[in-house]
Parts: sequence; structure tokens; C-alpha cells
Amino acid sequence: MKRTVPLIITATVGVVLIVSNFIPAFRAWGEEATTFFSIIAAIAFVLGGGSLLKVHLRKISDRNAGWGYSIVVLGTFFATLAVGLLKIGVTPNPAFPDMPWAGDVQARGTAFWWAYEYTFKPLTSTMFAMLAFYIASAAFRAFRAKNLEAMLLLGTAFIILLGRTFAGYWLTSWIPIDGPFSGLRIEELSVYIMQVFNTAGNRAIIIGIALGIASTSLKILMGLDRSYLGGGN
Amino acid sequence: MNRQNVGVIVVFLILGVLVAARAFVGDGMGRVYTRLDPVEMVRIDRPVLDATLVETETETQTQTTESVWVRSDSDQARDFATASSQTVAWNRSEPVTPAEAFAAFESGETAGIRLDWPRTIGLWVAAFFTLAIFSFLYKDNPFYKVAESVVVGVSAAYWMVVGFWDMIVPNLLGNLAPGFVQATFLPGLDAASPQWAYLIPATFGVLLLTRLLPKGQWLSLWTLAFIVGTTAALRMVAYIEGDFLSQINATVQPVYQVVTDADGGVDGYATFWASLRQLTLLIGVLACLTYFFFSVEHKGAVGGVARLGIWFLMITFGAAFGFTVMGRIALLAARFEFLFDDWLWLIDPTNQRVVASAVGLLG
Amino acid sequence: MSFLQRIENADRRWVFLLMGLAVAVPIIYIGLTGKTLPEKATPLAESAFEVLDDLPSGSRILLAWDFDPASEGELGPMATSFIRQCSQKGHRMYFIALWPVGAQMIRSTTTKVIGGYYPDLEYGRDWVDLGFKAGNEAVIKTIATDFRQMFPADARGTSVSAIPMMEGIASLADFDAIVNVSAGYPGSKEWVLYAATPLKKPLVVGCTGVQAPLMYPYVPNQVRGLLGAIKGAAEYESVVNGWVREDSIRKTLVAGGMAESEAASTATTLARDPDDAGAWSETAAAASLTPESKAAVIALAAAPTPGIFLEAQRRMGPQLVAHLLMIGLIVMGNLVFFASRRRGGGR
Repeated sequence: MKRTVPLIITATVGVVLIVSNFIPAFRAWGEEATTFFSIIAAIAFVLGGGSLLKVHLRKISDRNAGWGYSIVVLGTFFATLAVGLLKIGVTPNPAFPDMPWAGDVQARGTAFWWAYEYTFKPLTSTMFAMLAFYIASAAFRAFRAKNLEAMLLLGTAFIILLGRTFAGYWLTSWIPIDGPFSGLRIEELSVYIMQVFNTAGNRAIIIGIALGIASTSLKILMGLDRSYLGGGN
Repeated sequence: MNRQNVGVIVVFLILGVLVAARAFVGDGMGRVYTRLDPVEMVRIDRPVLDATLVETETETQTQTTESVWVRSDSDQARDFATASSQTVAWNRSEPVTPAEAFAAFESGETAGIRLDWPRTIGLWVAAFFTLAIFSFLYKDNPFYKVAESVVVGVSAAYWMVVGFWDMIVPNLLGNLAPGFVQATFLPGLDAASPQWAYLIPATFGVLLLTRLLPKGQWLSLWTLAFIVGTTAALRMVAYIEGDFLSQINATVQPVYQVVTDADGGVDGYATFWASLRQLTLLIGVLACLTYFFFSVEHKGAVGGVARLGIWFLMITFGAAFGFTVMGRIALLAARFEFLFDDWLWLIDPTNQRVVASAVGLLG
Repeated sequence: MSFLQRIENADRRWVFLLMGLAVAVPIIYIGLTGKTLPEKATPLAESAFEVLDDLPSGSRILLAWDFDPASEGELGPMATSFIRQCSQKGHRMYFIALWPVGAQMIRSTTTKVIGGYYPDLEYGRDWVDLGFKAGNEAVIKTIATDFRQMFPADARGTSVSAIPMMEGIASLADFDAIVNVSAGYPGSKEWVLYAATPLKKPLVVGCTGVQAPLMYPYVPNQVRGLLGAIKGAAEYESVVNGWVREDSIRKTLVAGGMAESEAASTATTLARDPDDAGAWSETAAAASLTPESKAAVIALAAAPTPGIFLEAQRRMGPQLVAHLLMIGLIVMGNLVFFASRRRGGGR
């Protein structure tokens, strides 16, 4: 029961979806399956919230190190959840102003929007912006031109870094743009690298990954790969 | 307190004094203005505009009416609203630029424009969080930890709320209980009868949540099986068609690439370069694939080709590195722009605070 | 301790400070002077523009905003320029998002561009916000054959059957082109695999620097136009800005009574050399225009581009300095490394 039913579900939904690609009569089945999948994906957000709750409640009850921050996590979690689900500060929907629950919770001016605009947005964007500092530090400490391969990597990176700014244009602007050597201008070189060398490398990677995904998928659908069920065998 | 901490405190004090000074120089900084716009809607019964009815002589007898909400200052409201018509009123805050607000305050005709305290506080909260995250660059500290905790809490709740209102309500409840959803959350939805097939995703969803229970977690495997099966089937077909076949198709092209000039003749120079490009591309893909092919030992000719493949891959990774750097810096620039423009009012690239007459002509 | 050793052992916070200055100083300089660096569009940015430009006015464009505030620095300018081109061209725009926060990206970009510069466009007839749907590629797969199953209502709660511009939209096949601005998964790769390839739809992609190299192999068969990172955004932005100026002048000339073909060539010339507009208005070619039309043309030719449509070009300033810093850091790091290795202290 614990292992057979999941295998049947996987195989059934897989066959339905693959068949629906090729036989129009089954197309509606495929659409249903993908719609169901999307709904489950939305429910998974609830699972995410629930897991967070579980982890931090345990941290607080065990008085683990930094449990005070867990209170901040849960406090902001519940506050955002409440203003979002209860639609606090939401103005009515102009088409149906007499229905209090029909307003737009994400519209500018609502409490939920406030949480997005003034906490979520600055925090997530600054966290990603921090990577600029770390990549600079890594550039100084880690990138060593020790061999030919490393030199190729760094040389390409230099051409791209220069070619994708005005510096590249400025450095080689003395090469006539209509002349036979225009391809040596740094901005042209960076285009050439992207469209030929990078395309070749990534194309090979794409082909390789596609084969890997197709074969793994087939093994999963046929029940040969059961690793997603956990527990070996 | 060691010397380092004293240094930090001094730096923060100096920054604090600078910000405080900035707040009193020129137009100040970090304020958000909005215009309070009163909205009043009235429910009217207006005649249905139906061309077939207008032509008949018995127009007045057969004319039907529909009940709709219109703005109470509209022509329709004046024509059809009565004293007993139902009305609903509320205030809407529309943001205005500081420039507009300054002009309004100067002229004395504020027309509902005022300093918006919740949004101004919000702006300062955002600036505080931005600086709190940046403070980690110096060293880990409680401000950073608080900011980090806030982002975890807010984002988890944000996804839940959006998932609920944008997906679960219209796509799940809207199919299982269309009458209820239409009467409460989505009055604009078309009337429909329940689609019981949607009990399937509802059931799978509930099973997924068993993961949170102390017992019976194995039931969530059923949902996982559905997710894995769907993903595997979708990807198998798409990757073979979109990646494997299409990419091979794009690679296997004639090596001799003819480029014609404006007169229709062959442009020898351009043709040479285009052909060389195509040849390099083809060699590159084959060399990289050879490198990925581990069933044959990388020795002799195969080893040589595989080494060429490594060189191509190194160039690929170099390009990826260059692009990654580019992306990260743009994100940092955007954050600094927020601090300098929206908060500190040091720069004004979008003319928020100066009245520029020419802006707005284009577009 | 020698100079090189000092550098080698320097606190990494000095590097952080350098990076901060490399980005902050140009922002302030550009913010105060208003100067931006010139941009020359590469073929990829031009073809992104042409895909939307070649379609007749009124075409149906699906705009999928699959990004979040974390990548808005790179992608926001692309999104605003895409909307600007579609609005100016008169395309019908259908916005959707596969990222939960993408719904906010739709709201902010449409408010900025349509609300600020194209207020005549009517919601429901010229553009519609269909909001976010969970499910990643499954959403694309569903709407590839049945749009309404996934999108029964728009983001404002109106049934799609009550939205005039949704008439005739049954699936993705009914759109004339797809524009995707993407920060990762789900994003441009999924649009290539589940929409552009099986449906043979023209797809234009704007993506982050991290994704861009991975998208190049799909050009030109599966992706018709590709904007990579802030540089791609700046190039496309400059193309769109130039064209909008030209198109606005052309429309004014036609409204003033000039023949369509003559108006088009005149608009091209004036948009390129705005300073010539005054002299041109005195020539015989402009004789048929009213003084008001002439004044409008001169004003349009010289009008500064609104700041929000120069966002990417402004960011190329910090980009330039920071790229040079990165190269400097790598070179310096290697110098220090090889010098210390020669001394026998190699690590």
C-alpha cells in the first residue's frame, strides 16, 4: 500500500500526460492533470508556511540559541498572513462595492501591499545585491590563472566584462568599424564569443542534460527509479 | 568595549548626524505624498441597451433594467439614481510626486494632497532594512539577524496569501463551490455548476499536508507521486523536442553559409566569416559532447578532441562568469539608487522633486 | 611587510568598500549630471525590437513577467521598455506571472508606463492583468491548449468572458507573440520548451545575466530576440526610446496633414538630429504644416526622454566602473599570488 499506490499514481498520470500530447481525444485529460498539478503547487505554499511554523515553534519551545529571532519570524509571518487573508485595508472592488471580500488584496495602499513594498521588496533585493560584494572578494582571492584552462576562462571573462560596457567600445574604437579587422573590436569579440563559443558549449550541455532528463523521467514513470519514495529499494 | 566596537559606533554616529543634517537641508528627505481621492459609488437600475427592443413600438413595456454600480458623479448616476439608491463611499490614496505636493502646498490648493504617514514610515523601514542587510558586510550583528528573520516570515506568508487568493480561490474553490465563491470573493466569476473532479487535487492537497503531522506522513507520498509523475512526463516530452531534437537541428546546418550583398551577389568576405562561425560552432558542440562521453577512454585522438571540448567549456564558463558579475552589479546599483533617490533625495533621475515642464511630452 | 604582502593579507572589507564606491560614485555622478553613456544595439536587441515592430498594430502579445524584486534591478528596465514599445505600437497586452511576486511586477510596471505615459489605453480593451498562477511549467502546458481553464478571471476578479479583449483567446496559439522577462525557474527556458517550440510562436526573452548564456543556443530558431542582463536592457531601451521619438514625430506630422511616407522619412531624420528641427521647419517641406504642428514637432524632437525610460542606460555607468574594478581585482589577486609563489610561499 505504502509503495504500490504511489507507483500506480506516477505511472497513471505520466501515461495520461504523454498520451495527451499525441492523441487529441485525450488532450482534455492532460489539461486536467496539469491544472490539478498547479493547484497542488499552490497548496504546497501552505506546506511551506506550516513547516516554517513547526521549525520555529520547536526552536522557541526548546529555547535554542537565537530563539528570540524565531519570535520575529513568527510575528512577521502571522502579521503578514493576517493582513493578507483578512484583506485588511483593502478598498472595495469598484464593480462590486457592496461586497467586502471582493477587493484586491495586492493593490497599492493595502496593508498586505505595505508588507510587500516596505519589507519584502527591500529585504530580498538587498540580499541579492550583497552578492556583488562577495563576487568581488572572490575575484580577488580565488581566480588564479594557473594553467591554460584557467587563462581561457579569465580571458573570456575579461572580454565579456569589457565588451558589455562602454570600456570595450572605447578601448578599441581606433579599429575602423567597416574595415576587415572590425571583428577584433572588443564589443564585437564579446558578441562572437557569446554566439559561437558560448553557444557551442551550452548547446552540448543542453543536449547532455536533455538526454539525462528524458532517461530519468522514463525510469521514474516505469517505476525503475523509486528514489523519490525514499527509504531505498 | 574594544577599539573595533568603538570605531563602529563612531562611524554610525557620524552617519546618523549626516542623515539628520540631510533631513533639514533643502527639501529634506524620505517623505511620501499621496492625494486622498474620495470615491462614491451608487447602485442604479439602468435600462438595458438592446438594439432590437428600441426598434419595436412596445419599447417601454418590454424594456428591462439591469442593476449596476457607477460613480455617483457620473452622468448615469444623475440620470438614474434615486434618493433610495444604495451608495458606498471610501477613500483612495493615489501617490503624487513630491514636486506636485510642494507646488500644491505653495499655492495653498492642496486638493487632498498630504504627507502619507504610513508610506513615509514604510520608506524609512525599507531604508533601515536595506542598511541592516548591508551591515552584514562589516560583521554579523543583531540588526542583520532581525532583518533576515523578517524576510523569512514575510515571504512565507506572502506566498501563502498569494497562492490562496490567486490560485486556490479561483481555480479550486471556484470549481468546487462556484456559488459560494461568486457570492463572496469573486462576484465577477461566471455562474457554473460544481466540478467534482476538482476533489482530486483537493484530496492530494490535504494528503500533502499530512507531512506536518507527527503520524501518517507516508500519505503525502501519494501527492509526491502525482507531482513527480506529472513533472517527469512533462519534461520527458519537452526536453526531447525542445532541447535534444531542436538543438541538434540548429547545429546540423551547412558549413558553407552564403551571405549575399545588396546587389544579390555573394559577399565573399562575409561568407567566409559566416562559414567559419558555423564550422567553429559545429566543431565546438562535437568536441564538448566528446568530452561528456565517458564510455570511451579519453586517450589519443579522442583525448585530443575532449581537450578541445574542455577549452570550449572554459570559454563558456568564462562568459557565464562575466554575465553573472554584470547581473550582480546591476542589483547593487538598484539598491543604491533606492537609498540615494527615494530615501535621501540626493539624486533625482526621474524628476520626482523638480518640476520639469518638458517631461511627459514623449509617450 | 612588503606592499604585496600587505595587499594579500588585507581585510576583505576593503574590497567591499571599493565595490561599494565603484557603484555608488557613478550613480551619484550620473544622478547629478544626468549624463549617460551612449549605447549601440547588438543584433539580438534589435531583433527583439523588430519582432514586436513587424507585427501589425493591435496584435495580441502575451507578456509573462516571471521575476521578483530581487532581480528588478536588471529586469525592471526591460519590462518597462517592452510595455512602452507595445503601448506606442498599439498592441494588445496580456500580462501573466508564474512567480508569486510577479503579480506585483505587473502592477508596478503597468502603473509606471501605462498609467504615467499612455493613460488613454483602456483596461480590458488594450491591456489586461491576468495575475499570478502557481504551477510553473504546468501553467504554460495548460494554457498552450486551454487558456481559460487556468485563467477563469483576471487579477481584479473579473471573469475573462466579460473582458472584451479576451474574445478569441482560447489558447496560447491565439497570441501573435510572447514576451518573457525572466529571473530563473520558471522562466525563459520553460517558455521555450512548452510554448515557443511546440507552438512555433515568436518568443522574445529578457533575462538575468546568470541565465543569458544558457539562452543563446536557442537563438534564433526558438528565441527570436534575447536581452541579456542590464546591457541588453540598455541597448533595447535606447532602440525603443529612439523609435518612440520618431513615431511620435511621425504621428504629429501625419496629423498635421503630411503624407505618410514623407512623414516617416522626415521623422527618422528629425529624431536622429533633433537640433535640425528648427531649421527644417523653415524649409519648403514643412510649408504645408500649421505653426502649431511645427511647434509640436520641434518640441517632440528636443523633448528629453522621461527618466524611467533611461533606467538601464543610467545603470551602465556603475556597471562600467565596477567591471573595471573586477578586472583590476583579478589582476591584482594574480600578481600577489604569483609574487608570493616566487618567494616560495605559494599556497
